Amino acid sequence: MTKKIRVLVAKPGLDGHDRGAKIVARALRDAGMEVVYTGLHQTAEQIVITAMQEDVDVVGLSLLSGAHMTLFVDVAELLKKKQMEDVLLIGGGIIPQEDVPLLKKAGIAEVFGPGTPVEEIVTYIKKNVKR
Amino acid sequence: MTGLSDKIRAGDHRSIARLITQVENDAPEAVQTMKQIHPFTGKASVIGMTGVMGSGKSSLIYELALAYRIQNKKVGIIAIDPTSPFTGGALLGDRIRMIDLSSDEGVFIRSMGTRGMMGGLTSALYDVVEILDAAGMDIILIETVGVGQDEVDIVKIADTTLVVLIPGLGDSVQTIKAGLMEIADIFVVNKADKPGIEQTVAELESLVDLVNNPERRIPIVATSAKEKKGIEQLITQITEHQLYLKKSQRFEQRRRQRYEAELIEIIRKRLMDFIFDEKKLKTTVDCCIDQIAKKQLDPYTAADQILGKILK
Repeated sequence: MTKKIRVLVAKPGLDGHDRGAKIVARALRDAGMEVVYTGLHQTAEQIVITAMQEDVDVVGLSLLSGAHMTLFVDVAELLKKKQMEDVLLIGGGIIPQEDVPLLKKAGIAEVFGPGTPVEEIVTYIKKNVKR
Repeated sequence: MTGLSDKIRAGDHRSIARLITQVENDAPEAVQTMKQIHPFTGKASVIGMTGVMGSGKSSLIYELALAYRIQNKKVGIIAIDPTSPFTGGALLGDRIRMIDLSSDEGVFIRSMGTRGMMGGLTSALYDVVEILDAAGMDIILIETVGVGQDEVDIVKIADTTLVVLIPGLGDSVQTIKAGLMEIADIFVVNKADKPGIEQTVAELESLVDLVNNPERRIPIVATSAKEKKGIEQLITQITEHQLYLKKSQRFEQRRRQRYEAELIEIIRKRLMDFIFDEKKLKTTVDCCIDQIAKKQLDPYTAADQILGKILK
């Protein structure tokens, strides 16, 4: 039996910048994970359906547009609604510090800002993956 | 686990996804469910798509899926991308081209890594095809990894194999090489909006004329996924190929081929598991060493006995 960690890297909403998401996706690949990348402009619903069909262990959201309080929270709520609480939800991008506690309260397990070494994200996922 | 197979037969997406993960991970609990669903498989049309990387396979699959959805058919899509031989990781990016299908309940898409399997496929693929089939998908579209010239294993699974080419890949000598070019039931020349399309189609025409099958000439369809051209013709050719298979009894033959390949794959996996499970191997071997040392048994007979036990 060979379990691999599967991760969905997703870009919700109107945000055309995915260099960061791609760097993270590549780092996770290099750490031996299977990474599904959605591409740009996803709705929360598309992300959650994709997470379900791909049966991922982790969803990583990336957003630089400032709409994280809406979009990240939408994804968290939809995951809950679909009883997918065993999926580890994390986020990254341009997120003001004061928003982080609110996001955590809404169900985003961790938030990684600019300058985070990718190894930190890899370690976090390996340690916190729920199944 | 009976619950899981019932949910799969009812087409529940979450259950389908879970069982696929189990078979991908070689989880022992998957076996029971796989046994339960087998009697309910065999209805779906399995269409394989292979071709060089960047030939637009994902975009074509998207267009085909849309067209089949208009016919109200349920569509399962399996998109395979390479697993790194160095790290075991994979970046599965085929879904990017199909994302608009995500919110359609009649479509199920799964991305898979090759996980060390050669030939452009992944060893769990046979199981995944059975799962999607049992879940009531009418059409199963499989996208292999972008292949070179001899990743041709898709023919062992698909009822209809599409080989996707694009203009400007090389001269006519390339097209008569062995491998990829031998497996096409239908040639698709995608990116027909690009220059050189006429020459590529003409070269394929002359290749197809060299194939000696009086019953059926391999069709060539020029498509442009970008401009949504040629998709209807492609669907027509796929339907005609499947009618031809059924009329000529080749359909049965192909299905038997698939089960043969699947069975061999299961046996291969089990043997590999046995051989690479050093503890188990050692325990099995240990029981005979005494007898061999006391000359009650020779090593060859011992080997036959052990293999007989595994293969029984």
